[in-house]
Amino acid sequence: MAPKIAVKDGRLAKRGGMSDTNLLLTITIVVFLLMYVLAVVVLGAGFRKPQAFFNILNENAALIILSCGMSIVMITGGIDISVGTLTALVCMSCAVHLDYKGGSVFTALLIALGIGVAFGLVQGFLVAYLDIQPFIVSLAGMFFAKGMTTIVNSTQFNVAHEGFQALKAIRVYVPGMGSINKRGIYVPAYVEPGVVIAILVVILLFVLLKWGKLGRSFYAVGGNAASANMLGINVKKTKFLAHLLCSTLAGIGGFVYFMHVGSGSPSHAAGAEMNAIASSIIGGTMLTGGVGNVVGTFFGVLSLNTIKNIVASLGLDEAWWTNITVAAMICLFLVIQSVVLMRKNEKK
Amino acid sequence: MTKLASPEKKTFGAKFKELASNQIFIPVAALLLLVLFNLIADPGFFKITLGQNSNGDPVLSGYLITILNNASELVILAIGMTLVTAASGGQDISVGANIAIAGSVILRILCGNQGARPETMQAPIIVAFLAACAVSMLFGAFNGTLVAYFKIQPMVATLILFTAGRSIAAWINNNQLPIISDASFGYFGNFIPGIPVPTPVFIAIACVIVIMLVLKFTTLGLLTQSVGINSHSSRLNGIDPAFVKFITYVILGLCVAVAGLIKVSRISSINYSVIAKDIEMDAILAVALGGNALSGGKFNMWGSILGAYVIQFLTTTLYKFNVASDALPAYKAVVVILLVVMSAPVVREKMGKAMKSAASKKTAKEAK
Repeated sequence: MAPKIAVKDGRLAKRGGMSDTNLLLTITIVVFLLMYVLAVVVLGAGFRKPQAFFNILNENAALIILSCGMSIVMITGGIDISVGTLTALVCMSCAVHLDYKGGSVFTALLIALGIGVAFGLVQGFLVAYLDIQPFIVSLAGMFFAKGMTTIVNSTQFNVAHEGFQALKAIRVYVPGMGSINKRGIYVPAYVEPGVVIAILVVILLFVLLKWGKLGRSFYAVGGNAASANMLGINVKKTKFLAHLLCSTLAGIGGFVYFMHVGSGSPSHAAGAEMNAIASSIIGGTMLTGGVGNVVGTFFGVLSLNTIKNIVASLGLDEAWWTNITVAAMICLFLVIQSVVLMRKNEKK
Repeated sequence: MTKLASPEKKTFGAKFKELASNQIFIPVAALLLLVLFNLIADPGFFKITLGQNSNGDPVLSGYLITILNNASELVILAIGMTLVTAASGGQDISVGANIAIAGSVILRILCGNQGARPETMQAPIIVAFLAACAVSMLFGAFNGTLVAYFKIQPMVATLILFTAGRSIAAWINNNQLPIISDASFGYFGNFIPGIPVPTPVFIAIACVIVIMLVLKFTTLGLLTQSVGINSHSSRLNGIDPAFVKFITYVILGLCVAVAGLIKVSRISSINYSVIAKDIEMDAILAVALGGNALSGGKFNMWGSILGAYVIQFLTTTLYKFNVASDALPAYKAVVVILLVVMSAPVVREKMGKAMKSAASKKTAKEAK
């Protein structure tokens, strides 16, 4: 009887095959590869160039960072729906700082980080120490960031700051991945600096979650807060740090987004929080907490945007098809996850 | 020591404590605060005038009427959202998108095959409304199935329709923007000639009465609460938790259809990307302001309904003070945080302790 109980919590016990985290991660990666191969086979030309893949990365570097933060909060059993509007706030603040207040790129970066940390401190405190539901706290954070963005500046404008333009134009060339265009000229493949940052974030967070003490306590708190407490983990502090980390990452992600678009607008990154949640889910992170992986999230973002590209290049570019397909894909993943986990639990 | 305190004071303190611990205390207190603030800032806020609209019919106007009128959809949604929250411990974030679908269905049926600008309505309104009810309940059932039978977290399950809903709504009408020119279609969102109170107010009140009757004479309330508190023990008591959860989503679908009718009737048309935007957030907020735990279990329907009116009161107050509509969320967020912090159990406990220690010091002094 005793071992049965021990195994029942699949998140902690490794007996009986893969842990939930690894199982869901495997599903995600396999599905992504299948989808990409399908895209290359069916659609050909456009997807065959490595640059097509790098463009997905370029477009979504910020989303990768946001989604990683979201995954961490989700692993601890919380949620943060403020990251999208926080990105817009960061963009707008940096844009105004650079163009109207004559700031430098470095101070703009500090502002971005500062906004992220400030949101993280307040939201983390409210969630962890005052025990308010994370949904409500981040809902208020979302409203606040949304309103503040228009208070800072209500119209969209492009940043003309020279130093920033130089930063924005930086390209990191990927050796050996280029292609020859129609005129026979070799075009090197490139990524934007944001992608490098995003990949660094993914690697750092992966290491933290896999081997770091803090990372392990994220899983423990999300899996079962009461037993984490008994193991001597400071549950409140862990939750606080998760939210702080998420908002700080949103600040960084906001700056990366800003580098990509080079403008400030209240409608920037609209709905990014939902995309981040969707990516995390596709990547195998569960909202109930305790299960998840940033590598999965990374592939989640790629999957989400590969399908968007497929839909767009099929010529179904009426606005509704993209959304409907994305929704169908989320639905599919959710059902797969749910069925797989249910079967696995039944076996035990 | 406490015996020395005068009995009158004690009962007052106890009464206050009882009042403060009542769930309905927070929304009522918030409402009173808002009323007080408006009374001090500008008593004209409460003026109601009887005027005439462009058709020469008598209509009441004033900020209070605006609040009652505009809160209608929110109240109706809050009813369904409370049940969903109580039973499944999660929220439906797709209600805004589903309103777009319901509205789109109504307009599609009214237009029939006459294109987007029919001269007359091609079907009775009731038929269109019933069709919208069916469609909304179907989508509610979709959400409910995912939540109840596939055991997916409600927020995630409803994320699907949140993403696709508005697109589906646009697709139903082929992305055209139908306009119904028949005046009788506008009755549901505006005024019925001769009646000076806006119709949505009546619809909202009717919905409240219906749900109160349902809660009083059926076991719906009991079942949702028991499933929300402990679904496992509910099952041991012969309740099917999955079915109860499922049914709450279908009920929310019905609420969505009613709200959708009001929304499209207000402007006799639809804008897929704007209609009922962010209303899901307000609906969830209404439930939370009503003192209901978003993690499910016990609920208080009056709390949610009051919460909905408080939110609209706040919005209208902010508009009155010329806050730009884009900046509105920032102020709203501050108020929300204040309210939520005040109602947080941790803060309440600490405040209670502080009050207690202050009181005991006072009584100790008196004893000396």
